[in-house]
Amino acid sequence: MAVIIDKSTKIIIQGFTGKMGTFHADEMMKYGSNVVGGVTPGKGGTKHLDRPVFNTVKEAVKETGATASILFVPPAFAADSAMEAADAGIKTCVAIVDGIPSHDMIKIKRYMRRYTKSGKMTLVGPNCAGIISPGKCMLGIMPGHIYKEGRIGIISRSGTLGYEAAQQLKNLNIGVSTSVGIGGDPINGSSFRDIIEKFETDNETDAILMIGEIGGPQEVAAGHFAKENMKKPVIAYIAGLTAPKGRVMGHAGAIVSAYGESAVEKVELLKECGVTISKNPSVMGDTVKKVLGKS
Amino acid sequence: MDIHEYQAKKILSSFGVTIPRGGIVYSPENAENKAREIGGSKWVAKAQIHSGARGKAGGIIVCNSPLEVAQATDKLLGKKLVTNQTGPEGKIVNRIYIEEATDIEKELYLGLVFDRSSESIMIVASTEGGMSVEEISKEKPETIIRSKIEVAVGIQNFQARELAFGLGIEPALIPRVSDTIVGCYKAFSELDATMVEVNPLVISKQKQILALDCKMSFDNNAMFRRSQVSELRDKTQEETKEVYASDRGLNYVSLDGNIGNIINGAGLAMASMDMIKLAGGSPANFLDVGGGATPEKIVKAFRLITMDEKVRVILVNIFAGINRCDWVAEGIVQALQKIEVKVPLVIRLAGTNVEKGNEILKKSKIKYIEANTLEDAANKAVKALGK
Repeated sequence: MAVIIDKSTKIIIQGFTGKMGTFHADEMMKYGSNVVGGVTPGKGGTKHLDRPVFNTVKEAVKETGATASILFVPPAFAADSAMEAADAGIKTCVAIVDGIPSHDMIKIKRYMRRYTKSGKMTLVGPNCAGIISPGKCMLGIMPGHIYKEGRIGIISRSGTLGYEAAQQLKNLNIGVSTSVGIGGDPINGSSFRDIIEKFETDNETDAILMIGEIGGPQEVAAGHFAKENMKKPVIAYIAGLTAPKGRVMGHAGAIVSAYGESAVEKVELLKECGVTISKNPSVMGDTVKKVLGKS
Repeated sequence: MDIHEYQAKKILSSFGVTIPRGGIVYSPENAENKAREIGGSKWVAKAQIHSGARGKAGGIIVCNSPLEVAQATDKLLGKKLVTNQTGPEGKIVNRIYIEEATDIEKELYLGLVFDRSSESIMIVASTEGGMSVEEISKEKPETIIRSKIEVAVGIQNFQARELAFGLGIEPALIPRVSDTIVGCYKAFSELDATMVEVNPLVISKQKQILALDCKMSFDNNAMFRRSQVSELRDKTQEETKEVYASDRGLNYVSLDGNIGNIINGAGLAMASMDMIKLAGGSPANFLDVGGGATPEKIVKAFRLITMDEKVRVILVNIFAGINRCDWVAEGIVQALQKIEVKVPLVIRLAGTNVEKGNEILKKSKIKYIEANTLEDAANKAVKALGK
């Protein structure tokens, strides 16, 4: 079984019948993901894309046995939907949506503290591309065909930069075990450290590529975790060398406000943790290749 | 989203924070009357711009008569103030806040921010008010005290009290300082703020606890439910092109360089800017047209970039996923039929249907330089500067 999701993972779509939900549910099914239904409150009992629609996540879980969900609901309702998924027993929830207030994200995370570690949902995102285990399952909005099956784990805050990396690897004939987009917001469901820990114990992953950017403490926290707990090599690229201090660079979380949050400082701190740095974004693939050659 | 000092003061005062008497004015006559209305014998005329360090830039003038208040207002209105936070172009002064002067006994620092490590609201306080928090952490780090507030239950009185005692406040004033801290916390949590700063928070000679200068920033993502806050936005304080961009749903930040960028995705945009720098160039902007990079967005992006007179080369870097390069290429061709681009144009497409996309560009009559990789694109853009 791949890390987090697999071919058999039963998926429901929250916000199923909307434009985004419909389009991406269809893309996921074409990729081979096991989409078993969806939720749109008020439309329960109908069918959409040949799959059943439910009023509540609980009902959907009960009827389909779904363990994963993906959110295509507007930002104002996203926190509510994520908490509904957690409460219904969903194990993995991907929030694609961009624009969830930070106060809401904190609320979701506090809410999820009520569950024991084993019963707790893994929330990925928001403002992310989702998760893909090439050849097995796509729980996201990425172009599936740019990912080659293989043994590199990718974790990225940015969507398109994650695609760039997958493409560079593919051009070098290197494949990906799982790619996880953790999203560009300041408060997110899963951090680099959370996912890197999963990759360390994943027997389908040999090395991990982290694609970070300016702002926040997460890349360095993952670096410290890797230094103390990991055997697998970690490669990182940090975007935003030219970003001015105190300005938000597109992603709500991409803002330098304290020491250790600029690209230069993060690179230095990661080097101290033994992480191999990809000097620039065009050599992410090459850097992974070099590291693989060594081990 | 940032707001003005006087707006932040009004908000905090509604949460129980005491502020000096004052009012906003738009003309010298207005100012003179306002000073008389406030009363007393000493006033401060404060230029309202979205920046700190206004004092050093001459934006805060102490006045000893209503006439002086009028003169100070006349001097400040319409002026562009340059501080260490505004950039060299400065920010225009359109509003003056007239406030009674305060006899200061002690200046404190009080700030609230999101702490991204603990994912809680962090209160930071120091006895060294009047300096910026960066200066305090450099010069007097030992004076800084912090308290993490559990957002699920909110601030507790003991936490506010601990902070107040930690600042060495005399016992009689503890309740007022605590109330001020609690008020700031409530404003932060109830209005979707991302930052509240009272600096300085002063103890006056009359033993009043007063918020002398205040700053607040808010979460743009929460404005849909904060209409009263979003109405406080003052576009005159934002860079013209950035306002143009945000009104059209583009993520744009104006920078100093001369290579204009049109890119999809914030991460890829930052990465492309990095490549430009490594290739020896300098980006004129950050611009994310969104993961989708729809033709409409691309037209808007070209319009925006061609407004920037600094731009001598334009670099388009699109990684098409779901949306396909051929579609993006058609968007670019459409855009260039509508907008005249007089500078060299470098285009790099990648991802789904890249061959078809490049084919469409080649067949069109647009003049451009084709690039294949990120590195290639940056190198060609920098090279094109020489042409």
